[in-house]
Amino acid sequence: MQELEKILDEALKQFAAVDQAAELEQVKARYLGKEGRLTVLLKSLGKLSAEERPAAGVRINQVKQGIESALQQRREALQYSQLQLKLKAESLDVTLPGRGLGCGGLHPITRTLERIESLFHSLGFTVASGPEIESDFYNFTALNIPENHPARAMHDTFYVDKKHVLRTHTSPVQIRYMENNAPPLKIIAPGRVYRCDSDVTHSPMFHQVEGLWIDEDVNFSMLKGVLSNFMQCFFERDDLQVRFRPSFFPFTEPSAEMDIQCVQCNGKGCRVCSHTGWLEVLGSGMVHPNVLQHVAINSEKYLGFAFGLGVERLAMLRYGVADLRLFYEGDLQFLKQFN
Amino acid sequence: MKFSENWLRSWINPELSSHELAHVLTMAGLEVEALESVAPAFSNVVVAEVLEVIKHPVADRLSVCQVNVGETASLSIVCGAPNVAVGMKVPCARIGAVLPGDFVIKQAKVRNVDSFGMLCSAKELGLAEESQGLCSLPEDAPVGVGLREYLELDDMLFTLKLTPNRSDCLSMAGVAREVAAIAGGALNALQVDPVLSNLTETIAVNIDVPEACRLYCGRIVRGVNSAVATPSWMMRRLERGGLRSINAVVDIANYVMLELGQPLHAYNLDQLAGGITVRYARAGEELALLNGQNVILQDDMLVVADDTRLLALAGIMGGIASSVETATRDVFLESAFFVPDAIAGKARRLTISTDSSYRFERGVDFSETRVALERATQLLLEICGGQAGAISEVHGKLPVRNAITLRTGRVKRVLGIVLDTAQITVLLKRLQFKFEQQGEDFHVMPPSYRFDLMLEVDLIEEIARIVGYDNIPAQPPQTTVMMVLQAETQRSVSRLSQMMVARDYQETISYAFHEAEVERDLCANTTPITLKNPISSQLAVMRSSLLGGLIGALRTNLARKQSRVRLFETGACFTGENYSQSERFAGLSYGTQLPEQWGVAACSVDFYDVKADIEALFAPAALSFLALPHPASHPGRSAQILLNGQVVGWIGELHPQWLQQYGISQVVVWFEVELDALKSADVPHVNEVSKFLPVRRDLAVVVDESVTVQSLLDVMLGSNASYVIELALFDQYRGKGVGDGKKSLAFRVLLQDTKKTLIDSEIELSIARLTEVLQQHGAELRI
Repeated sequence: MQELEKILDEALKQFAAVDQAAELEQVKARYLGKEGRLTVLLKSLGKLSAEERPAAGVRINQVKQGIESALQQRREALQYSQLQLKLKAESLDVTLPGRGLGCGGLHPITRTLERIESLFHSLGFTVASGPEIESDFYNFTALNIPENHPARAMHDTFYVDKKHVLRTHTSPVQIRYMENNAPPLKIIAPGRVYRCDSDVTHSPMFHQVEGLWIDEDVNFSMLKGVLSNFMQCFFERDDLQVRFRPSFFPFTEPSAEMDIQCVQCNGKGCRVCSHTGWLEVLGSGMVHPNVLQHVAINSEKYLGFAFGLGVERLAMLRYGVADLRLFYEGDLQFLKQFN
Repeated sequence: MKFSENWLRSWINPELSSHELAHVLTMAGLEVEALESVAPAFSNVVVAEVLEVIKHPVADRLSVCQVNVGETASLSIVCGAPNVAVGMKVPCARIGAVLPGDFVIKQAKVRNVDSFGMLCSAKELGLAEESQGLCSLPEDAPVGVGLREYLELDDMLFTLKLTPNRSDCLSMAGVAREVAAIAGGALNALQVDPVLSNLTETIAVNIDVPEACRLYCGRIVRGVNSAVATPSWMMRRLERGGLRSINAVVDIANYVMLELGQPLHAYNLDQLAGGITVRYARAGEELALLNGQNVILQDDMLVVADDTRLLALAGIMGGIASSVETATRDVFLESAFFVPDAIAGKARRLTISTDSSYRFERGVDFSETRVALERATQLLLEICGGQAGAISEVHGKLPVRNAITLRTGRVKRVLGIVLDTAQITVLLKRLQFKFEQQGEDFHVMPPSYRFDLMLEVDLIEEIARIVGYDNIPAQPPQTTVMMVLQAETQRSVSRLSQMMVARDYQETISYAFHEAEVERDLCANTTPITLKNPISSQLAVMRSSLLGGLIGALRTNLARKQSRVRLFETGACFTGENYSQSERFAGLSYGTQLPEQWGVAACSVDFYDVKADIEALFAPAALSFLALPHPASHPGRSAQILLNGQVVGWIGELHPQWLQQYGISQVVVWFEVELDALKSADVPHVNEVSKFLPVRRDLAVVVDESVTVQSLLDVMLGSNASYVIELALFDQYRGKGVGDGKKSLAFRVLLQDTKKTLIDSEIELSIARLTEVLQQHGAELRI
């Protein structure tokens, strides 16, 4: 039986010496194969007496189990080291750039419009729109700007024919909306507008957002509240100073021009604000009773405020764009900075 | 409106600095656009007289001058100006003077000759941008007096950006009245007494158009000296008000306009024949204007005529023939009230703009028409001498102003602040409005100079202005809130744009107008909507497609060495006689499919890459593509895009002709679709999900080149083969094993049932059906 101990001992040593899976199986055959030493021993059990046989059988099986378990362990160890080798060989240069499509981006004006829309949306304003080739009537007359009114001269209008213009502001959308909807009303109308003017600070096409709120309890104090709140949210500055100045728009009365503290110099005075510390950003006012009359809204019952803001102006201030023309050139070097 | 602060302060002098005054004006709605000093700071410069000029002993271009600065001893000053002359009055910077730019004048030796000061040019004093030689002062300039004092240089120039409703502030009197209302203080109103008329002579005035010319005052003044120099104080106020001096008579008329806001006109009496008539021009009548312009008039333009010819374009500009010149001795002065509607727009139509038309268009105070004539006569007699005739005053229909009712409660409703009747009374008084109170209501008589006050809200604005917009609190709204409905069947433009962004497209915004050639070439549109007054021919017609703008942006980027450009744009396009406007969504792709990168062979973008982008945009809706030529596209690589049988847009490869014309070297694939079609979406409705596994079978067929994939898909879809849940092409092959002019197409067929696992015989039956229709369609099964 000492031979058994020897066999086990030898098997364990040989298993440990092997480092290839195939070789391990060959070594295994020497002990557990058809002609293997343990198999031979098992076969020889028959030659033993009936008394000796059970004990010898138990003993041989113990050794066999010992060998099998060692074999399994060694198999696993070999598999593991094999895997480690494979993984090592497969490692990547993770610093190589990723592959595939890149990502485009929205135009800064679109980005600005989306911000404006979402801020007003949070107060319950919905978006309305209207045509860009607009009739003289909607662009001027219905807004209390009769023919020959000096305010028409302020507009530098593009004419398509005697009765049609490229809208000079988004205000005609107010009229169209009020014609088709009964108060209370709460809309903004973003869109392109056109003026016959082109230089560093003027573009023949630009964007405005018109706003209109008509209800029984709307007043000038609320106009100030809503618009101040908007500017503070837009520039993400709770302490942004704003001021309202009397102005004139034929379709609002009282009318107010809104200035914000210069966001470049915080009101100290710089080139951007022409050293005034203030930036003119928006025109507004209480909707003129004549305008309400045009669209058959009872101006005794309902009051409203309206405003129009220049989107390019806000985008320039927000993102530090110095030249208006950059917005319309489509230069990727400029546009990609907003992605 | 430009004016000198000193002049304003002679009317009203509030205890405010120049900047404070500018601020209160701005905050009251009279925006101060500019506030600047008349002259930069300098000191110790006096009026001097040149007594003697001797050539410098060694320098040819210099002179040594003896200068009287009002002291017993004259100063010896070396001067380099070529115009220096004996007797000349000039500004002299004395030793210790500081000139603009902190230039200090010291005693100096100039080429070995002592110089005790400097004679100055206008440029050196900052009074002009450019100047040649010394600044020559009038002969009567008082020697020894400080130049700042003499020229009244310690003055500020105010420029007001007046809104069109505030014509009442187009005069010194008006601005002063406004300052009194907003800042308080006593107003030194101008007292104008009628002048004594020594002549009985008058000119008959006839108003043919009483609705347009509501009041006309005129008088003869004989024996004036038009050649006399305009007094320097008047000249200064005119200059600082932005007006050029012409001659004494014209200057006086202009001065009164600046002072009182009433435009006046002076005619050369010698050139007048008979009486004056105010009427509309006959169409085609001609008039040579003062500015040398010859205008042909239309029948809605108001004129002043005598018995034989036209004299002036009423309220706009006089004619050259009857203008006052320095030799003129006898004049006829006119002060009239033309209604804004009669003047508005006419000057602009003739492309002229005058201070007179500017005022009449906006409204001139008709209660001051006669006063202004008296004032002008008074100044004329004082300055130019002469004798005045009696005033001929003819009335048309003077405007009637009605009282406006102002309700205390309405003030609160509009402004959101509570003002009681006592407070409103105070405010109305500050505005110098006449009113009567009746309980809570005020009946306010709008002043004749305030053309803009017609309704109650106009008065409420006045009240708000005087209270100060700053003093009205900003209140957050308190109101009923309702949720905002958002239709699920409408996809937002924002969402669609984000999809393009995720597919590596960059958004651009182009002008909505471009060159007529672009419309003609890319859209075959020879009758685009054309602007009557474009900025340039490059921006002359409205776009009927977004493609032109996208190509423009592409070219900009190619010029800047970009090699891969993918752009998209959303915007309105304009077509037809009725100016129909539709919102479109368009894009183009140029360069490689993917950005240049490792491990991927560079492959140029083609039709099918962009087609995939459009399909993804519209998904889950299925599009069909119909091969049709488009003027912008390669005729064999162009398709109309259809959704549910409706045309929704185009896709194509840009025609090689345009590539060549625009200097573009590689393929450009573009698309344009109707935004409305793209936005609409169905609310999803779920079908039963099968628990049984799908089975896949592939079908490969060989067909003629001319057979389209869509036609095969259509016949298979129309075959009613059972259990087919998906049919798609997955391969196309040409070459070995496939005959010339043929192609091999491989389709994937997925079959599935919701009730059971399909058995072979069921599957084979469906496949056999598909095979059958394919063969009927000329396809040959490939094994």
